[in-house]
Amino acid sequence: MSVARNWRLQQQRYRLTGERCDTCGAAIFPPRDVCPECEAPAKTPLVFSGRGEIYSYSTVYHPPAEFETAAPYMVALVRLEEGPMVAAQLTDVDKGSVSIGMPVEMVTRKIRAEGDEGIIAYGYKFRPAGI
Amino acid sequence: MRDVAIVGIGQTKVGEHWDIGLRHLALEALQGAMADAGVERVDALYVGNMLSGALVGQEHLGALVADFAGLRGVEAVKVEAACASGAAALRLGYVAVAGGLSNVVAVVGVEKMTDAPGPEATSAAAMACDADYEAAHGLSLAALHALLMQRYMREYGYTKENFAPFAINAHANAMNNPYAMFHLALKESTYNRARMVADPLNLMDGAPIADGAAAVVLAPVEWARQLNPAPVRVAASAVGTDAVAVHDRRDPLLLDAALLSSGRAYRQAGVAPDDIDFFELHDAFGIMAALSLEATGFAERGKGVRLALDGEIALRGRVPISTLGGLKARGHPVGATGVYQAVEAVQQLRGQAGGSQVPNARLGMTQSIGGSGATAITHILERIV
Repeated sequence: MSVARNWRLQQQRYRLTGERCDTCGAAIFPPRDVCPECEAPAKTPLVFSGRGEIYSYSTVYHPPAEFETAAPYMVALVRLEEGPMVAAQLTDVDKGSVSIGMPVEMVTRKIRAEGDEGIIAYGYKFRPAGI
Repeated sequence: MRDVAIVGIGQTKVGEHWDIGLRHLALEALQGAMADAGVERVDALYVGNMLSGALVGQEHLGALVADFAGLRGVEAVKVEAACASGAAALRLGYVAVAGGLSNVVAVVGVEKMTDAPGPEATSAAAMACDADYEAAHGLSLAALHALLMQRYMREYGYTKENFAPFAINAHANAMNNPYAMFHLALKESTYNRARMVADPLNLMDGAPIADGAAAVVLAPVEWARQLNPAPVRVAASAVGTDAVAVHDRRDPLLLDAALLSSGRAYRQAGVAPDDIDFFELHDAFGIMAALSLEATGFAERGKGVRLALDGEIALRGRVPISTLGGLKARGHPVGATGVYQAVEAVQQLRGQAGGSQVPNARLGMTQSIGGSGATAITHILERIV
């Protein structure tokens, strides 16, 4: 992923910045400028709390090439408390202690490094709430 | 709109073809289909493919395949819709003939995957996902299906072992298909012992990446009998879409794209699920087979796995699926898969499915699903009696 592309995503990766629909009030993440609920324009920024609970989870043993050195790692779908769901890695957690419904919170971690020379991408992961 | 028929089919064996490149795979399938239809020229060529750019460093497949197939000059384009690329090419071929813009159209689905190391192929296939919000965070297609499977198990009270019948059924049926990648019966104990790819999804649950090509020739129904003694009518062709990212869907366990495309197909053909004699579905993973059965109305929500456990997906069951091996055991050369499904459905409807023949099959349905469910393309094929 190019430097510019990573840079464009920084508000989402570092702060979970999405949008609020001024028409129906829906919280939107990731931002799409059109409300998926009512299809009205929605461009008001909304910074999400980063709190949520696990909708589902998995441990990845056979990763894509860019994540080979990280495997095995845990991933999850997290239902954010504002409503939307987000896909992310889990961190600071033992495999055996993860369950559906478990409260989690966002933290900033290294997501991936693009080779020895490339940039290191940081962004959100989730860990058990209140560690 | 004109009625459209499939008047020719061709396919290569699915597998690791170290000795055959992408263009010659396409050529072999295409020549097979054109010979079967008894035509030497076509008005247009649609090439279904997802990963030639990423894995072979070759795009521009429309012109390339046309040229090497001896069709230089013909209208030809590549069609991409992730894992449903082959079915998307079939859909566009159908549109061209049904709309009267072309008379004889060739559709070929082709994929060459085994030249690349496994992790690279995994990475390339993950392009079907949301690059910024799924793949960039380390979620592969297998990981996304594992997330769906885990939630499904929790929601409806199944174990991961309960998904075994999908793979076992596919392997049993592939024994009768000379073009299938695998000819080995899968034992339940083998399935249960397989190593994890993305917990709870194991290696025996997922369809293998592979090389392969399949092709069909389409023509107006009124021409069909002159071209082929056993033409098959395309009774319905429909595409549905949904959010690309699993987390953006209304309900991740309900495949809205499959619901939409099958609903449109049933309406077009004027049939209901009960009328369908067999269903070539997208069993890239057991969970996708279950969700597809549910979204298309063959099982209630949460009952797709139950249908498999009860043996209803077998050749003599209520809804025979993966009758010639499915993605799981015929193999899953991604962009070719949708055309393989159509070719196999035609074999069934012609009564040429050998030991996998569904008795007196008259109406068959195929459904190809892109990525983790964002595109679903359904075709209903009917024997012309």
